[in-house]
Parts: sequence; C-alpha cells; structure tokens
Amino acid sequence: MSNSTTIAPDPVEILAPAKHWQGQSVPRKEDKRLTQGQGVFVDDVKRHGMGYIHFVRSPYAHANIVSINKSKAEEIKGVYGTLTGEEVASLTDPFFQLSTPPGAYLEDYALAVGKVRYVGEAVVAVVAETRELARDASELVEVEYEPLDAVVDARVAQEANAPVLHEKSGSNLMWEGIYEWGDLDAAFAEADRIVKIKELHFHRFNSTPLECDGALVEYNRGTGQWTIHTNNQFPGFAQIMMGPAMRTGLDKLRFVTQDIGGGFGNKITSHPQLVVCCLLSRKLNRPVQWTEWRTDFHLSMSHGNERWFQDTEVAVESDGTLLGFRTKALDDAGAWLRYEPLGGVIWAQVTPGVYKWRNIRLEFTQVATNKAPCSPNRGYSRMQHLWFTERVIDIVAHELGLDPVEVRKRNYVKTEDMPYETPNGCVYDSGDYAQMLDVALELIGWNDTARKKEEAAARGKLLGVGIGSTLDSGTNNFGQSRLINPELQFSGNNEVATVKLDIFGEIVVTLGTTPQGQGHETTAAQVVADILGCSFDDVHVRAGHDSYWNSHAGFSGTYASQFAVTGLSAVKGATEMLAEQIKRLGSVILGGVPVDALELADGFVRIKDNPEAALPFMACGAIINANNAGLPEDLDVTLNCRYVYRPPFQVPDVERKFGNLTLTYAAQIHAAVVEIDPETGHYEIVDYAAVDDCGIRIHPQIVEGQVMGATAQALGAAMHESFEYDDDGNLLTPNFYDYHVPHAMDMPPLQTGYIESPSPFTPLGTKGMGEGGGAGIHAVCAALQDALRGHGDAIVYDSWNPYKRVWELLQHPERARALVEVVDA
Amino acid sequence: MDITVTVNGVEYEREVEARKLLIHFVRDDLDLTGSHIGCDTGNCGACTMIVNGQLVKSCMLLAVQADGATIETVEGLAEDGELTALQQAFSDHHALQCGYCTPGMLMSATALLRASPSPSDEQIRKALQGNICRCTGYWNIFEAVRAAAK
Repeated sequence: MSNSTTIAPDPVEILAPAKHWQGQSVPRKEDKRLTQGQGVFVDDVKRHGMGYIHFVRSPYAHANIVSINKSKAEEIKGVYGTLTGEEVASLTDPFFQLSTPPGAYLEDYALAVGKVRYVGEAVVAVVAETRELARDASELVEVEYEPLDAVVDARVAQEANAPVLHEKSGSNLMWEGIYEWGDLDAAFAEADRIVKIKELHFHRFNSTPLECDGALVEYNRGTGQWTIHTNNQFPGFAQIMMGPAMRTGLDKLRFVTQDIGGGFGNKITSHPQLVVCCLLSRKLNRPVQWTEWRTDFHLSMSHGNERWFQDTEVAVESDGTLLGFRTKALDDAGAWLRYEPLGGVIWAQVTPGVYKWRNIRLEFTQVATNKAPCSPNRGYSRMQHLWFTERVIDIVAHELGLDPVEVRKRNYVKTEDMPYETPNGCVYDSGDYAQMLDVALELIGWNDTARKKEEAAARGKLLGVGIGSTLDSGTNNFGQSRLINPELQFSGNNEVATVKLDIFGEIVVTLGTTPQGQGHETTAAQVVADILGCSFDDVHVRAGHDSYWNSHAGFSGTYASQFAVTGLSAVKGATEMLAEQIKRLGSVILGGVPVDALELADGFVRIKDNPEAALPFMACGAIINANNAGLPEDLDVTLNCRYVYRPPFQVPDVERKFGNLTLTYAAQIHAAVVEIDPETGHYEIVDYAAVDDCGIRIHPQIVEGQVMGATAQALGAAMHESFEYDDDGNLLTPNFYDYHVPHAMDMPPLQTGYIESPSPFTPLGTKGMGEGGGAGIHAVCAALQDALRGHGDAIVYDSWNPYKRVWELLQHPERARALVEVVDA
Repeated sequence: MDITVTVNGVEYEREVEARKLLIHFVRDDLDLTGSHIGCDTGNCGACTMIVNGQLVKSCMLLAVQADGATIETVEGLAEDGELTALQQAFSDHHALQCGYCTPGMLMSATALLRASPSPSDEQIRKALQGNICRCTGYWNIFEAVRAAAK
C-alpha cells in the first residue's frame, strides 16, 4: 500500500461580514404559512380534470405474472385508463444501473414486468375520476400469479440453492468489494488480544416521513414537456434516472416542489412512480395525481439498509488501544437497486468512525432479497457502520474488563490531530470528540453512576449507561461512486443560488434545494442580510424548487447533510456578486467615487465617509431594470446574480479506494441512561444527553431541532421500529399500528449540548448536519449492554432491541455470549 | 347525499358520496388543504379537527356523519392573519420543522388549552399522544404548549 496522502483542501479564509443575523435564532420565515395551514404540499396541488392513480400491488413476495386482465376495471364509468408493465417495457428503457455486474444486469422498470419480487411491488396503475373509484377499480384488475419460493434473509440469499430474484445476474449477489487499508497482518501480530465477534445485525427500518410520496404530473403536448409537482427531495437524481429511461432530454422533465412533509432520504427514489405518472398523463391526455397510501409507503418505499457484520476480529492492546479490525459486511438491498449499491461505499466516509485505528479490512457484499428496495435513510450507510464501530468499542471494553468511556477517550481522534486523514484518505476537518464526551457525561451526571446503579438495584431495576459517538459526514464527493463502478462519470458536488435586486428594491433569493423542514428560507435570508447590510425581513426567499428557474445544478436537492455548506455557500457567492454590482452601480450614480469607498448598510449603498451620499436599493433596482438609458456601455451590472458553489474535491484513487469522500464532519456524542425491569425486559430511558458539533451555527435553534429530531428517530429505531417480514416475505409492520414510531408519551427527558469547531474548508465555517448518524441507537445498545453486565453478560448484538429481545438477553445470555470470544494473540 | 357543514364559520352545502371520508371532503371538496393525511389508519392525527366542540381525527369519520356539524380546522385559528398565542408559541419554540403534522398538533393543543388552560406536563403529553411528529421529537412542541398555556 502506498503511503501517499490525500491533498486536503486549502483552508478557506473566512472573511465574515459584520454578523448581525447569522448566529441568531430568528423566527423562521416558513412558520407563518405552516402554522396557518397555508403550506402547499404535493397533495394540495389540484388541476382541472385530473385523474387519481391507484397501484395494483403484488400480494406475493416472489411470483411469475401469468396474465393480467384489466377489462373489468376499464369498463367502469369514470375510470380513465390503466398502465401495465408490458406497456412500460415498450415505452421506456430499464433504469440506468449504478452497479458493475452482476447488479448491472438488473432490468428495472417503473412497473413489474413478467415477475414480481416483493410484496407490494406495483404491477398495474389505474387512473380514475376519484381516488375512491381508482381504488375500487384496482380491485377488479385480475392478475394471475405463479408463486415462487421467496428468500428474505440475506444470509440464505447467498446460498447456492437459494431462489434467485434476477435470473440474468445468475445469483442474488448484486455487488461486492474488498476494502483494505494499513497493514492488517502487522496489527494482528502486534496485538495483545484479539476480540472475535461472530455476528452483529443492523435491522431494517426507515424514517417514515409523515407525508407519503406523491406527484401531480401534467403533460404539455405542444412542447413535449412534463411538469412534475412532487415531493421528491433529489430532483437531480430523479431526472438522470428518468430522462434516459423515458428517452427524453432533461429539459422535458420540469420538477416543481414547495413544502415537503419530511424526507429523511426516503423521498429520493420515487422515480419509478414518477415515470408511471408521466406515461399516464401523456397516454390519457390529462393531469394525473398520485398520493401514496401509508401502507404503500411501508410496503415499497426506501427501506433503510439492513446489514450483517460477520466474523469480525479486532486487534487490541491490553490497555484498550485499538490497532485494527477486519469484518465482512453483508448488506440486504431488497429486491431492486434503486440507489444501491452506493451503500457499499458511503459507509467508507467514516471508515474508522471517530477512532484512530489505522488498519482496517472490510469485505462488502450486497445481495438481493424478496423485500422492499433499500434507499437512503437518515444516516445512510454510515449509521450502520458507525453502529458497528460503537458496538465493537463496547464489546471490546466489556470483554477486556475496561471502562467504555476510557476506551473511547484513549482511541478518539484528538483535536490536535485535526485536520485528520483517515486510513482511506478522508479528511476530518475539525472537532473535539473528547470534549464533547465530557459535556455529555456531565449532562447525565456520569460521576454519580455507581450510586444510581445501587439505587436502581434497590428498586429491582438494572441501570446502565451507554455512549454513542458518531459522525455526520456531509457534502458528498460523488466521485466516491467510482469506487463502486469505475465507469461512472460522477465526481464532486454543486449547488446553486440566485440573488437579485428587483425594480422596487425587492431582494429575491432562489435556491436549488428542496427543503423538508430544515428552514432554508430562513438561513439563506440570514446570510444575504448580513452581506447586503439589510434587514432579514427584506430578503424574500422563494419557497421550494422549480427547474424552470435555472437555479439548480446536477446535484441540487436536499439530502446528505450539506445545505449549510453547499446551499449557503452558493447563497454567499451570489450575494457577494450582487453586493459588488450594487457598489459598481453606486459608484457611477454617486459621481464616480471609487468602489472601495462605498459600503452597503441599512438598505443603501453609500459613501463610507459621507453616509448622507447614499442610494437606496430601490433606486438601484429601478435604474438597472427600468430606467437604464445613459448608463456607461461598459457597466456590466445586471443585479441578478447566479453562483454555483463547487466544493474542492479530487477524483478518488479507484485502485486504492482512497480519497476525500466528504468535505465536512459534524459529530455527535450521545449518552443514554436506561433502567431495565429484569422480570419482563421492559426498559425505560431515564436520562439522555445529545451533544452536537456542526461548526459555525447559522441558526442555533434549527440546529438543535435537527439534533432533537435525529435523536427521536434513533430512539424509535432502537426500541420499536422495524420492517419485519415473515418467512414468506409478508411485511408484518405495514402501518402505524404495527410500526410503532415514538409518540408524545414515549419521549424521555432530553438535554442538549454543543461545541462549535468551525470547518476550515467551508466558506462560512459551517458543516452539514441533521442526520446524527443514529447516535441514539448506539447509545441505547451500549446502555443496555452496560446494564446487563453482571446479569449474564450478554452482548447486545442487534440494533433493534424491543423488550422481548432484552428479556431474551436476560433469560438466555449464553446465546449472545456464544457470539463473542477473546483470544490472546 | 347532500350535506351541510359549517367550517370555520362558513356554511357549505355539497353533494357527497356516502363513503367519502371527512378529511377527503374537507381537503378535496372544500379545498381546505391545511389539514393533512399521514396514515389512513387513525394513528397519526395530521387530520385532526374540532367537530361540534370535540376533537376528531377526520379520517375516522365519514363526511355524511358530519352533516349539520360545526367544524374548526387549522385555517380558522388565526384571525385576519394574526396568529393565536399557540401558533406563535409553535414558531417561537421551533415546534415545527416540515409543518406537516402541525395543523393537527395545533388543533389537539387548542382543544387541550380550552379544556385545561393551565395543563400539567403530563396532561400536555397525553393530549398530544394521538399526533405523530417525525421531525421534532416532540420536546419543542411540549415547550410551545407550555408557553401558550396561561
């Protein structure tokens, strides 16, 4: 292995303007409409004569489609028409596959063609005058199936005699790759002890945004253009999936969003349904509307990656110094690769977690199973890997008789080592994990733990404390996709903003992003107001995304913890351009004073030494837009500025799987205190702290809100939420009865804390944030394992720990104990 | 069937299919889209309204059952664009992110504060138990309701 290093981005000199609005928790601009029910969500968009789509879905996990008879449905008055997989296959090409073979051989269409591969897969679409009629008519579509054996366990899917989902791929293997950095042999030779963990399992769930997916699609026959009102959160990705499949240019796919009812990554891969909407709106010559039902979402949309970690070995010194690990990650992609196999590389953004180990080998294998397709879910792929590293830390600590807090502190990457290059060439930009841990421990009263344990024991309860350390890597270098498939021509990242000064002095900002509650209108206005020296209230940020505005680029959207970097840097760039243009205009109008002698303040451009000599923004806007005769010919001022922010990235080294995969590394350290009732396995979180570091905070309240939301989702996932399937591939949790998300009564007490380690690589010192890496899952698992010490010493081997599993860990600790072994090296 | 309802003080007379849910009637026929749909099973509370003074998940009621009813929805809370104390508290305390659950949440909290102007923390949690929020983790919502309470 070569020792050459990544070229870290040059630190950005932060020339902050006099900050007035940034750093303040100003009232969100979005709130006025959203608290009055005046938001416009996708299901609120209506058109004259529109038809409602309902999908006929597979009741089988795996079956051949023998025949489809839709005549009874089509005969009903008010049914406008239908679409089948056969028609889709004739009108479109299969979606482009990101994978190399064998995953590359998948033929994925917008509707099932010839065969169904999971319960809930869409087979036929029916359009009718009302949603009720569309649903009724769907019942009359007769689909004859020939059931096949299903496979729902990734481990079984690998076996030679397993049912095969995709015949052209030859087996259920979709993608595999070996990642190795450092010198594993040396690390294991040097180690005092080797901790072996046979199997760990990260379960399947997702963030279940309260608003399901949807679209209203209109087709313009004259121009051949579709207007797609939707809540898809990554239009750039949807477009490049849809355009080639539909044999159309991207200019024909106009995406419009306004308010989106939560996304969390789960609204990235709705492109199959959007294709169905497009084809139907053209076929039926009328607008069509699709709103996903809750059960349809659970059955078919964007499950989080389920992952097994097998045959893990950890090289460790007696004092708890971690030298390296090797493991085999087996990832269950579900039935289709809709964003996968990107999960096979995204984890590598955080290869060593927050720890200093330098020698790592991970064999990644992704297989298909007869379950819903996986796609990004808050913390996408890093969450699984960080859960694994945190489990390893706690298991190593407990098995070696060490304190998990001490082992963490011993092995954390230190603040003096920042920027820190990981074994695979990622650069952790800044941070102080040990300090964050101290804050978290203080918040939960760590020093008093022994007394609390005794006190709980006196009440018959087992008390445990656990830490979850995570990274929220943000601003992707899409070049990492080449580690999956060297043929892919993606790299870098970008985001766009436009800022203009209009006739009456209106400052209008347009973003390429598709926010789902992150408050982009607010934070963008804060940045603009500080640079232009005007009031936050005078900045108007357009709500949502419209690809007609030319304010987007290939990677535009809202996903993967990046707005505070990509979005706000674009806003900053465009606003600085505008500020400079206002000054140049001011220079002309104010009699040729040098630009340097001017400043922007209080909505005026004025002479610094003579503030009375000032031109209001309103006059600037009016002159350029409507009263421009006589201006100098060479005055290149439009007062309408577009800026594309492009983060400083290189294409990673594909051979060595080495390079900087993300620009910023926000961090979270969580601490949980649980109390278990050993009689039943029931447990409660009695104290909880979440400490966040995302660099400079533009709006502290929004940051804290993201921390809280990510925590709540993690606690739900740790304790309750799981997409569970039976052996026949039936989803057992297809609605909010069976899939229990946290309710008001479930919430434990929460304390939040923060530190601010500015990123040296971003124009505002910010870091993307919001995903939180699932720190709550790690912390709850750690706390449970701590509580079980001395009560059978079970290790916590699964990310999902409902009461019944905790009861099992107490009743049969030997089963979990069998998964772990410590040997002297 | 013909039904008459009064929503936020306005009387509407409409012909409605017997099977149509109240939430679909209000959203699609009356074009009052502030109330939302998040689950179809009565779990999430995004469609919560006050019907004849009683808190109701409007996906659990047929439109025809509301014939003659007086209905309050989120659109009726603010008067002339002036936010109620509760709405303002939601904004002040960042009790909403995406805003999708917010209309139902506001209706549940409004009903609570009418019945118990100074609720205990436990009462607040119980009152919001039927409303799912996936963005906030509820903590800031509790804060907002506390702040709006007398």
